[in-house]
This record gives sequence, C-alpha cells and structure tokens, in this order.
Amino acid sequence: MTLEAVLVVAAALFAVGLYGALSQQVVVMVMMGLELMINGVLLAAAGFWLFLAPDPTGQVLLLVVLAAMTVEMAMGFAVATLLHRRRQTDMTDMAEELSG
Amino acid sequence: MLTGVAFWVLAVVAVAAGVAVFVVDSMARATYALALSFIAVGVQILLLEQGYLGLITILMMVMEMAVMAIYMVMFMGMNPALMPMDMTHGKKTAIGASVGAFVLLASGALLIPWPQRRGAVPEDLTRALGLEIMGEKMLVMAVLGPVMVATIVAGVVLAAHRSRYDRFGDDLRRRPADDPQPGGVGR
Repeated sequence: MTLEAVLVVAAALFAVGLYGALSQQVVVMVMMGLELMINGVLLAAAGFWLFLAPDPTGQVLLLVVLAAMTVEMAMGFAVATLLHRRRQTDMTDMAEELSG
Repeated sequence: MLTGVAFWVLAVVAVAAGVAVFVVDSMARATYALALSFIAVGVQILLLEQGYLGLITILMMVMEMAVMAIYMVMFMGMNPALMPMDMTHGKKTAIGASVGAFVLLASGALLIPWPQRRGAVPEDLTRALGLEIMGEKMLVMAVLGPVMVATIVAGVVLAAHRSRYDRFGDDLRRRPADDPQPGGVGR
C-alpha cells in the first residue's frame, strides 16, 4: 500500500463520480455522482495525510471534507424536494431554468 | 502484506460498486451499490490508520444512503424505484470527461516525485484530533457549526411547503394570514 496506489484508486472513484454527475438525469442520481467524487477526494486526503504529513492538523481538513459532503447532501435533498413540488419532476432536463 | 491485499480488494470493491451505481437498472440497487462503495472506502481509511474518520465515514454514509433510499421511493414511488430504468443524457461526453479526468489524475499520482514523510502518526490519533479541534484549530469548528445551522435553515426554507412569507406576504404584514384552512395562528 503506497501513496500512489491510494491516489490511483481515489482518481478512479472521482472519475466514476464525474461520469455519473454529468450523465444522469435524475437529481438523486446526480447527487450520487457528486458523493462518489467527494468520496475520492476523502480517500486521497487520507492517503496524503498518512504518507506525507501525519499530524492532527491534516485530520481537521478531512473533517471539513466530511462536513462538505453533509452540506451537499442536505441542500441537494432540499432542492430536489422543491423541484418536485414546483415542477412535479425529479429530472434535471426539466429544470433548465431556476425561475421557479 | 495482508494490509496491502486487503487494500486492493477493497479498492476493487469500491470502484466496481461505484461503477455499478450507474450501470444497474434500478435506483434501489444503485443505492445499495453506493453504500457498498462508501463502506469499502471507509474500511480503506481505517487501513490508513485513521480510525475515527474511517468509522465516521462508514456510519455517516450508511445513514445517508438510508435517507437517499427514502427520497427515491418518495419521488419515484416504490414500483418505479425497483423497476428497470435508464435516464441518462450526453453519455459519450460524460465518458470522455471521466476517462480524461482519470488519466490526468492517475498520471499526476504516478509521475509526481512525492516528498518523504514528515513526522510520525500520533500514538492516540483520536485524542490528538480532539485536542486539535478544541485548541489551535478551534476556528475551523467555530465556522463549521454556523455552516451546519445555516444548512438546516436553508434546507427547511427550500423544502417547506408553506412558509411565513406564503402566509403573511413578502413584508409579513398581510392579515389575516392566507391559509387554506381557517382557524390557525393569525386568525
């Protein structure tokens, strides 16, 4: 297990998530793609921490990444609820303008 | 040796489950696949000697996937969520961007001469992290707290069916309140 190995796996997760975020039409599926991308970032940050500078300060950065994931999910679900109520849809193609 | 093997097995599980999210033909299966991918990454973080963050990742992601499953059923109904579906657009562009991003990131990971490790892993990492966020890095936590509260408020405002502005108007001066049923507060 080396830093390079961890980063390659993280890159693969990020790339898979990017594909999902760009290709999916359903809002919840787009969020799944974004989650996978942040998951890759989290793994890469964990690898950087262990293999480059294992002091507690770096762990605080990882906590911030986790918090970003939480905020993204919460706001994503709220926007999905709003979209469903206003447009009766959960598809991104039917919400091209944010005029309500 | 054993750690290395476990890491690669988990890596294959994490990436394969991630791919499965966008390949399987129902959102229910996609949610389970994503949960599996997150658990595999959480265990990898445990292998990277970060017990606290690895455990948090697993617990948080399992809960998030449970919430996601509820939303899926809520928006699509139970039957469509379990039935085959394919709702994609711009697949070729997405595959191109995804492969390009992987090649770029993996090349960087393999070609960059990474520096030597500075310092050693603290003996009790969880305690050290606790002391850090309650000491020198208090500002980070002091910022994250209000951000979380703002997220809760924004989430409720966006998701609420009727707010005080719907009832009392933009300037909150409308009396009586515009309620579908009489007898509420403001009548």
